[in-house]
Order: sequence, then structure tokens, then C-alpha cells
Amino acid sequence: MNPGNTDPMHYTDDELVLHHYGESGAPRAGRAAEHLSRCTTCAAAYSRLQHVLAAVDGSPVPEPPDGFERIAWARLHPVLRTTRGRWLSSLGLSPARLAWIGAVVVLVTGAFLAGRLSHPAPSRPGAEPASALMRERLLLSDLGEHLDRSQAMLIELISTDAGGVPAERERAEELLSDNRLYRQTAAVSGNSSLVTVLDELERVLIDIAAGPDVVSPTDMENVRRQIESDGLLFKVRVLAKEVRDRQNAAIRRTSRSS
Amino acid sequence: MPQTDADTVALARDGDTDAFRTLVERHSRAVYRLAYRMTGTPQDAEDVVQDTFLKAYRQLGRFESRANFSTWVHRIAVNCAIDLIRSRAHREAGHDATQLERCGPAERNETGRASPERLMLSTEVHERVQAAMSALSRMERAAFVMRHFEGHSIEEISRALALKTNATKHSIFRAVKKMRAALEPLVASEAPMAGTERR
Repeated sequence: MNPGNTDPMHYTDDELVLHHYGESGAPRAGRAAEHLSRCTTCAAAYSRLQHVLAAVDGSPVPEPPDGFERIAWARLHPVLRTTRGRWLSSLGLSPARLAWIGAVVVLVTGAFLAGRLSHPAPSRPGAEPASALMRERLLLSDLGEHLDRSQAMLIELISTDAGGVPAERERAEELLSDNRLYRQTAAVSGNSSLVTVLDELERVLIDIAAGPDVVSPTDMENVRRQIESDGLLFKVRVLAKEVRDRQNAAIRRTSRSS
Repeated sequence: MPQTDADTVALARDGDTDAFRTLVERHSRAVYRLAYRMTGTPQDAEDVVQDTFLKAYRQLGRFESRANFSTWVHRIAVNCAIDLIRSRAHREAGHDATQLERCGPAERNETGRASPERLMLSTEVHERVQAAMSALSRMERAAFVMRHFEGHSIEEISRALALKTNATKHSIFRAVKKMRAALEPLVASEAPMAGTERR
């Protein structure tokens, strides 16, 4: 729709898009409508465009998982509590940012588990032995998987009804033994923050693993409260993300060194 | 009788955490859908949901009781999604429209018409919309979602995304072009196939 051209031969696709969204301006829109009423070529093109965009409209958005509302709250609640503190605003950082930083610091200051701390660092900077890099990658991979599995279980616990708990028992037992190993390793390495998170996770896992065959709604609510009140899901989620980031960094370092 | 949003907001403003929880539980699913449309991944959508309600919580004092909470939180969600999108300037490049034309061959017979099984067709259309949306760059996606689904004007989108008007237009044009490349072969059977020689 050239401004100087009151009756273009045909409209371009982009012009038809603007017309469809009512973005071509009042005078041009009138001219376009008139043109479309008598030009079969442009009318056909416009009709095809409308069909395509109608198909886009009709396509559903993937729904969040069942119990999403509860999960959203479980993630949000611990951060909201932090938000209340006035000191946060005095730092000029948003509570979300601070919560994130805090959680990341938990992991970073712990320097990540056994790999880094139970094995001496390479003597020459920038020349890490391939075996050390590979060991770190494997450790990160294991820890990341453990945290992902733990996170998935916590989410299911939050969103499930009481009947679902016994089904989680075996899974909790498996996670429990791994979790103890990671917690002990973190303790040996002096990473008290990481120990705290894994310790909190362990208490929930113990409750599930040692729970009764028949779980009452009250028991279920207690489990949920335990997860939510400590912000455990949020903490585990942050740790899992950080581990994945570190894992990717380790993969890149391994690629460069090979 | 359940409380209205306005009543619940009033309680939440007074520090009632359970009231805010009610608001989160009422609106988080809708915010997720919007966030998913704008960001394209479940993880990003979840992050946007969290950021949105955090901001809403902090800004409850500014919420006007006569306003609609859903609309208000929706607007915050759009901004949070935009922040996330803009913070990822190193976004992956979108796929070519030609790639989309090749992705997932449409079920067509020798006449070039779509398969008569409408259910299958519908499923395929949905899959193709998802694929085409995934193939958009973050800016294209944000601009297109804001224009097509949210009804924002190009001027508003330009301001929100910090783009020039022409850049916004071209983001939308590219997005529509990709949608057409992915979907036109499927939906063309329902649309007129008149002349193709246009300026």
C-alpha cells in the first residue's frame, strides 16, 4: 500500500498482514477493503492469510502440570517471606534476585562437592588433566540427576493426593541413600550450606520412606507443609539449575582440552 | 461463598499470606499460558510465573481496587516475559521458513488436497503451530504473541520491546511468514487458491 498509490495493482503479503491487524491506518484500511472486494487475487491471498492465522488461534497452549497452582505457590512462598524484610530494599536488589544469588552462593561457595574439594586442584592453571575434568563432569551429572529426581518427587508430593504417597516410598528410599552420600561428601568438604539443603531434603525423604501404608490427608498435609515451609522445592530447583550450568561449563572445558 | 479478587487483594495487602496464596492459585495457570506463549518453554514460563507474582506481591499497594486483578497481573506477566526475553540477547536464531516447510510432511494426497481425516489434520495443524512457534526467534515470538494474541498495537510492542517501529513490523512479518510456511499447505484446502502473481 504505497501512500501515493490509491489503487495498487496488488497488495503484498506484509501489507495484508498490517490490514489484518488493523495497523494500516484508517484511509488505507478503507482503500484496502474496497480493493479486496473487487480483486480476486488479493482477496484469495487475504483469505489464505486469515485461514493460517485462524489455525494459529485454534491451537491450544500446553497446559501446566496438574497441581501447578500448588507448585507455583511452593516456589514462591519462601521468596515472599524474604521479601518482607526491609533490609532487602536498602540493598537495591530485588528479593527474587537476592534469593537467587543466595541460593547460588550456597552452591558456589561449597564448590561443588567432592569432585573439586576431595581431589587436589591441578597444579597448572588452565591445564586441567582430562581425567579430572571427566571426573568432575561425572560427579556433576550424578548430582544433577539426583536433584532433578528429587525435585520431580517433591513436585509430585505437593500435587498428589494422600493415596499417591505409598507409591513414592520406594523412590524415596533410593533417593535417600544417594542423598546421604552427597550430604556426607558435602559435610567433609565443609560446605555447610549445601549440607543444610540436603539435610532438609533428607528429612522429607525419610518421612516418605518410613511412612505408613495408609496416609491420611492430615499426614499428607504435614508433608506438604514440611516441603513448603522450608522452601525446599525452591532450593532444590536452584541447586539443580546451578549444577546443570556447571555441568555445561565442564563439558565445554573438556571439549577445549581434548 | 468464595471471595472476589478485590476482597482477596485487600486481605493480601494487609499481610494475609493465605489471601495472596489464593490469588496465586486462582491466576497462576492463566499466567503460565501467557508466559508459555511468549517464551516458548515450560521452564521459562515457570520463571515468568514466579517473577510475575513476586512483582505483584511487591506492588500490591499500587493496585487500584477498582481495577481487575486478572488484567493487572496479566500486564505484569507480559513485562516479566519481555524482561526475560530481553535478558537473553544471545538467543538462538530462528529456523528458516524453508525448514518449516520441510518439517513434518503434511498428509496430502495426489491432488494436493489435505487428508480428509479432520482429526488427524487438526492434530497436525496443532503440531505445526507448535513447531512454527518454536522456530521463531525470541523477539519474533514476543512481537507476534503481543500483536496476535494479546492485541497490543505495533507502537505499544515497539515501546515494550525497545525496538523501532519498523523492526517490530518486520518481526511480526517474519513470524507470520513462518506460520504461513508451516501451515498454509495444511489449511490451504479450505482457502481459495487464486492467482499467485501479486506485487
